[in-house]
Amino acid sequence: MIALATNDSFVTPHIAYGSLWPILVIFGAACVGVLVEAFLPRQWRYVAQFGLTLGAMVVALVGVGFVANGLPELGGGAARGLFGSEGTVALDGPTMFMWGLVLVFGLGGVLLFAERHVEGGVSAFAGQAAALPGTESERRTQALDHTEVYPLLLFAVGGMMLFPASGDLLTMFVALEVLSLPLYLLSGLARRRRLLSQEAAMKYFLLGAFSSGFFLYGVALIYGYAGSMDFGAINEAVSNNAGNQTLLVIGMGMLTVGLLFKVGAAPFQAWMPDVYQGAPTAVTAFMAAATKAAAFGAMLRLFYVAFGSARWTWQPMLWVIAILTMVVGTVLALVQSDMKRMLAYSSVAHTGFLLTGVLGLQGSDEIHPGQITSLQAVMFYLVTYGLTTLGAFAVTALVRDSAGEQSTILRWAGLGKHSPVVAGVFALFLLGMAGIPLTSGFTGKWAVFEVALAAGAWPVVIVAVLASAAAAFFYVRVIVVMYFHEPESDSAYVAHPSVLTATTVGVTAAATVALGILPGPVLDLARTAGEFIR
Amino acid sequence: MTPYVLLSAILFTIGSVGVLTRRNAIVVFMCIELMLNASNLALVAFAKQHGDLDGQVTAFFVMVVAAAEVVVGLAIIMTIFRTRRSASVDDASLLKY
Repeated sequence: MIALATNDSFVTPHIAYGSLWPILVIFGAACVGVLVEAFLPRQWRYVAQFGLTLGAMVVALVGVGFVANGLPELGGGAARGLFGSEGTVALDGPTMFMWGLVLVFGLGGVLLFAERHVEGGVSAFAGQAAALPGTESERRTQALDHTEVYPLLLFAVGGMMLFPASGDLLTMFVALEVLSLPLYLLSGLARRRRLLSQEAAMKYFLLGAFSSGFFLYGVALIYGYAGSMDFGAINEAVSNNAGNQTLLVIGMGMLTVGLLFKVGAAPFQAWMPDVYQGAPTAVTAFMAAATKAAAFGAMLRLFYVAFGSARWTWQPMLWVIAILTMVVGTVLALVQSDMKRMLAYSSVAHTGFLLTGVLGLQGSDEIHPGQITSLQAVMFYLVTYGLTTLGAFAVTALVRDSAGEQSTILRWAGLGKHSPVVAGVFALFLLGMAGIPLTSGFTGKWAVFEVALAAGAWPVVIVAVLASAAAAFFYVRVIVVMYFHEPESDSAYVAHPSVLTATTVGVTAAATVALGILPGPVLDLARTAGEFIR
Repeated sequence: MTPYVLLSAILFTIGSVGVLTRRNAIVVFMCIELMLNASNLALVAFAKQHGDLDGQVTAFFVMVVAAAEVVVGLAIIMTIFRTRRSASVDDASLLKY
């Protein structure tokens, strides 16, 4: 919003620093990280960057707790929160929940980024990304570390925090780019298999930029329709049936394309397996968990707040896309021979389950007491899915042979015999993703299916249940390979991780079990988060 | 007003068709920039129509974002060109199925 008074004097915008500061800490630390890179001697950078990143995230996470507790009631309803900086940022319960979630995934990410034990004293990132693979200069820079990954991670985390909090289309577009650009670069920085990594970065970049072009044209059309970027004003225009309906429908479709690309829904899922496989596994772990959380947060806000009144226009479209995503993800995961690609397709299928939740009942006035709304169900599913995925990719980074990480599924034969703990934990993650009772995946699926069923989306739920059943097959197949195939001479082994990876894996494994047995506290947290402010 | 929006739609279509048909990564990227500029034209036209500054300010933001995207994109395309001696999007095909 432009604060320009009639008498040409500039009115200072009101910025709610008191509630915005966690996100400012992240962006501030990212800028300091860039300076560290420029001015500190090389041997201190790793410690400085790691400490700075970890510290900023912990401070921001604690801050989110404080800010969330102090949110004011708005209109006496289910929603609590305020609009920071002239309506461009919506600071409400769901925003705080997403911030906490993204920061937790970011903490997991920074611990995995800092792992140096597995590669023998260096990180999993290229010594120097500019050095040509297989040349003298690459050998010479082999002992170096790319510590720029930490500021890049912080920028990505900052963008992911801004994305679900955006209160207008411009902020949403800028946040989309701020979260994407660092991820494009991070994807291309793998130490081993440079060609795959560079190819993943290029594919991710070109397709990502293409989809954000669609998003931006959607922004322009919706602005043309409503005459404002603000979600509240757009909702008003939609409910008054004002403006050109063609602009609304095409604009909404284009915005949806941009968001569906980020969450990896079919038919926009083509980049996911390539990028997940080619990117360094630590980056994949962070990206898979956090991007999906941020993008679903933004999608929910766009559909529920800005296009809430046009529900009958977008709901049929999402029905079709949810069904298509689940079918495509499950069927293609069945035929994968590479672990990271299989997890990527399983992530596509999970996007379908999450979209099933998006179709559920929204308003707190429509539901029975004690039931949760679809927003809360999706947020809970994001917790369960994100933690499990983070852990699964963290374990994938540990299974290696002489050439580095070994992600061919058949090479994992006999892992259960010589590394029972790691294989057991990985089996737990797989069962969690399959949604076996007593794991977090089951309670998450239960929550989203329940809200979708309550809204009458039973055809989608039937497909979702069938897809879950079929998905169990490819998860169990990996467990069979690990436990019931004899180890061969070329089988992979498990590298000993440092305390950093071990912490991430331990915490995510504990969460997978705890959220399956006692989902209450996190569900209550999601319920306390309430609804979006409008 | 309408002619400008039509022109922006035509530019956007040219850009997206170019992304899908051209093989050189740099040209693909230029087509993406064309899509962003088409959006800018539409934003400014709509701002004029509504008598409101938001659209024009957004166009400035888009220029900044596009510049940042160029920095990241050209860096990525450059590294892959140096490795493969080719900037064709078809040549980079190790990751598939």
